[in-house]
This record gives sequence, C-alpha cells and structure tokens, in this order.
Amino acid sequence: MEPFKKIKSIATPLDKVNVDTDQIVPKQFLKLIQRTGFGQYLFYDWRYEKGTPRKDFVLNDPAYANSKILLARDNFGCGSSREHAVWALDDYGFRVVISTSFADIFYNNCFKNGVLPIRVSDDILQKLFSIKSEIEVDLETQSIKADGIQVSFHIEPHWKKILLEGLDDIAVTLLHESEIVRYEKSHKT
Amino acid sequence: MNITEKILARASGKTSVSPDDVVFVNVDKVMVHDVSGPGVMAVFEKLRKKGMIIDKIWDPERVWVAEDHFVPAADKISAQNIVSLTNFTKQFGIKKHFKYGMGQYGICHTLSHEEAMVLPGEVYVGGDSHTNTTGALGAFAAGLGHTDVAYVLLNGKIWFKVPETLFFKINGKLPDHVMAKDLILKIIGDIGTDGAAYKTMQFGGTGVSEMSVESRLTLTNMTTEAGAKSGIVEPDQKLRDYLAARGVTKYDEVHEDSDAQYEKIYEYEGSEMEPIVAKPFSPENTVVARDLSSVELDKAYIGSCTGAKLEDLQAAAKILKGKTVKIRTEILPAAMSIFRKAMDQGLLKIFMDAGVVVGPPTCGACCGAHMGVLAKDEICISTTNRNFPGRMGHVESQTYLASPLVAAASAVTGKITDPRDLK
Repeated sequence: MEPFKKIKSIATPLDKVNVDTDQIVPKQFLKLIQRTGFGQYLFYDWRYEKGTPRKDFVLNDPAYANSKILLARDNFGCGSSREHAVWALDDYGFRVVISTSFADIFYNNCFKNGVLPIRVSDDILQKLFSIKSEIEVDLETQSIKADGIQVSFHIEPHWKKILLEGLDDIAVTLLHESEIVRYEKSHKT
Repeated sequence: MNITEKILARASGKTSVSPDDVVFVNVDKVMVHDVSGPGVMAVFEKLRKKGMIIDKIWDPERVWVAEDHFVPAADKISAQNIVSLTNFTKQFGIKKHFKYGMGQYGICHTLSHEEAMVLPGEVYVGGDSHTNTTGALGAFAAGLGHTDVAYVLLNGKIWFKVPETLFFKINGKLPDHVMAKDLILKIIGDIGTDGAAYKTMQFGGTGVSEMSVESRLTLTNMTTEAGAKSGIVEPDQKLRDYLAARGVTKYDEVHEDSDAQYEKIYEYEGSEMEPIVAKPFSPENTVVARDLSSVELDKAYIGSCTGAKLEDLQAAAKILKGKTVKIRTEILPAAMSIFRKAMDQGLLKIFMDAGVVVGPPTCGACCGAHMGVLAKDEICISTTNRNFPGRMGHVESQTYLASPLVAAASAVTGKITDPRDLK
C-alpha cells in the first residue's frame, strides 16, 4: 500500500446519514472477483440515471473532481460487510472519510486498504461541511487543519503505524501478532 | 467475566480479559458465501501478485461455504460466480459446501443453526455482516471483511478488541400477537442504528428463556442493524434440545460468572410489547404497526435469514389459513430443510391456497439482487432486516420491516395491518 502521510484536498460533502455499503457499491457489481476497478461503480445508483451522470449528485460536481477526502454523516458504511465498498472509495481516489460514526466492519476494512476513517464531533463535522477551501489531514500529528479549524483525532496506534508505513495488514499480522497486542497495550489510553 | 469475555479469554488462552483488551483468538469455524468467497479470492490474488504462495488454507474442515445471494443464477455472471466459488472450494479441499440444487442448501445464517455448523462456546466468523445471528447458539459470532476472512483462512486466528456488552433483559413472555422481530425492532428504535456500535448485545431474562431458539436467532440477527459487533444468548436446555434434534450433543458451553459486568442493562416488559414496524429508510425508524394502518402496499415478502425460519412460516400460515392475499406475496423458506418441514406440515398448501408464490431459498429480493425486486415507487412490507434506499430494488422503492404475523396480515388487507385487527 502507498504510505499515508498528509493529504490536502477539497472535501466532497455527502450530506446523507446511514449511507450503507449497498449505496457505496450496489450489489449488481459484487459478482466480480478482481479487486480493482470498483471506482466506476462508487455510489452508482445515486451517480447515474440510466447511465447518464445525475447533475444533482455531489460526485458529479466538477468542483470536487480531484477530491481525496469524503465528508459523510452518522453511521457511514453500515449494512453489508462487503469490502468492495472500501475498494470502490479507494479506487475512485478517496483516501480519507470523515464522519461522526462508522459501522464497525466498514471501519476495519478501511485500514486494510489504505483508507483513513476519522471520527469527529458533530460540531466539527458541521464546520467542515461549510468549508469550501482545502482541508489538510496529517496522520503523523493526528490533526485536521482547515479554514479556521485545527482539531486532533484519535486512531488506534497499530492502525496508524500500518497506514504511515504503507504496510499491508495481512502481512503485518502474519508476522507480528504478539507485537500488535503489546503495541496496543503500551498505547492504551 | 460475562459470556462474551469468557469465550474470548478461552479462545486466546488467557485466564481473564476485559473490554478494550486486544486479543488474538483461535477461530473455530469460518463461513464464506457467494459474495465474500469471490472477495476472498480477490484478496488471495493480490497477495499472490506480491509473491506470496497460497496453495493451502489453515484447516479446510473448519471452513464451510454457502450459496445464497445469487442463486438461482439470474444471469450469466451470477452463474459464473458460482462456478468460481466451486473451483475455490475444490482447490482448497473444503468439503462442506452447501450447493444449490443438491439437497440441503440455503441462507448461510440459517444453515449455521439448521445444520448446527457452529456450537456453543465457539468463536465463529463469517464474510457477512449478519454472522451475528449465530450468537443465539451461545457462540461468539461476528462478521468480517474480505481481507480479515482471507487472513483467518490462512492462519486460523484473528484479533478482536474485547467489546463492551449491553444486556437486554426481557421480563416475561411476549403476547401471542408479538414476535421476536417486534422486540428487536423496538430495541433498535430505542438505541438507534449505531446504538450498539463496537459492542455486544446480550439477551436474557425470563422473556428470552421462554422464547424458542428460532426467536432468539431473530434477536441476534438484527443486532447488526444496531451496529453491534456480535449478539449472544447464554446456552440453556432449550438450546441443548435444539442441537440434540440435529444430532449434536458434545460441545463445551460457556456460562457467565456470577459477577459478570455489563456496560449497561436495558429492561423491557414482555407483556407490554406491541407489533412494531420500521418505516423507510432505516431500521431505527420504528412505530407501532397500528399507526401505519393507512399505508397501502404493493407487495409482501416473507423471506431471509431474519424472517423465514420454520416458526416464521408457521406464523404466516396461522394468518393466511383460509384467506386470500390482496397484494403480490412471496414466501421463500430460508433453507431446504425448512422448506421440507413446511411441506410436511401442510403450510405450503395454505400459502398456495391463499394465492402466494412460494420460492426456493435465497437472499434474493432481501438484498435487492433478484427474485422479485421492487420497481420505482413500489411499497413492500417485508420480514427482512434492512430498508435503506434501494435495498430491495429501485432506489425510490420503499420497504417497511415487520414480523411475519404483520407481513401476512398486511398481505391479506393490502395495507399495513396489526394481526389483532384482521377480521
């Protein structure tokens, strides 16, 4: 995986709660056994109407064309455990998702694919939604900087290490399981 | 320790664990189906490209495979998907593959209990979010993403952060017109779709000990809709009898200590429960069924791992006996073994006499894949577990979640109907 250091980008505001993985990648695209190329199906049913981009959907707004940060509402990634949802976000170009809460399996799937999910308070999320300029996410310092805002975020220590070094979770855990337990223990808050 | 902590402690070789501890546990059973199987294959492919040799898995005897989301194949790609899954099980020597059209098969979470694939005290993981269901058998059961399942298939282990437990104490039996589905919808409405995020939901109290094992499975099934890591019920004689009827008597039950701790205890009075319906577009959007009596429907769907077990079909038959449905109605038993019992008990005749279509076991329209999906603006009452936009078909269709009693009563009237109000 590509190491994750700092991401600076316009953030795409997806103003919907309870976005489930079926909306992230509809089920008709699950019958594929490759792991790549899912970006074209991201939010497919919202993005397209009969194959034509819907003008009223945020991903089709040219202002967000090169965005690497997705702003989402409560309980993002709920529903089915399909990892294709994260594969699609990553393939499309999103490396960060910021929300107030995430569904458990989706949250874990993110780290395994180099995507950083960040939980923030309602207030902060609201402010981020109102910002039109670039947002900077720095994993090393665990901070978000944007127009008039600077906040820190929490991340489990071993997930941080994996993202920073671009390690593959499966390779890491194969070799270092006792280390992960120690690492978490020593950094337990 | 509570039951979840004790199972995780035992599986990780520790004498004691507490919430938030990270533990590496030995896994007893793993399940993949026709969505997660190909997902795992994709992860294996990625690892192979990095030079990893994957020619065997940890223990083929502990892995089982279900075909449920895309059977019967509705198109060429679905058919190809099953071929890929079959090649996968052959390649790695997995013998327990429940194949469509070859005897017993069905929805993975239904097979887990119908076939006693998972036993009390075990750690069970599956490539599906409703893996939680099987916690009603007194096991730790949790869903994983494809990378995690791939990891378990290679190593037989996985790490978990020990979850906090929310205990739901149900005092007294549910009334006859109320089912476990109503209770779990009520709970989700109260705590919200992320009310149990990263936590275990444990169910107990006299209301749960009075319940059948199938009803308990409905409770644990929908813990997923409250965001839970797992759901669990402590083993008792009812569970032992249920497993004995399936030829299994040897297992190592885990019971909680007398000083078990829970993060929070919620109490519900069984006798006060009412038929509940979750409105579109979230399972937490709950109201009493009677408040929706003016909602006109296009379809009733009785199916899925949540609402097509034998007692769910029996409940529907109780309502449909001698009646005719007013809207399109489908009943899809969740496994062949249940389909057969429904036939032996005369339930299929009742359904057909009422005008209902009875179909083969499949996740089918519950996940909007095929077999009766909804058109734009269509409104469905369903015994399934999710009603997010587009879940059962068109993104502008609507699904109301309900118990089999409510769904069947509504099929008869064409409007959302509390079973008590059916004349």
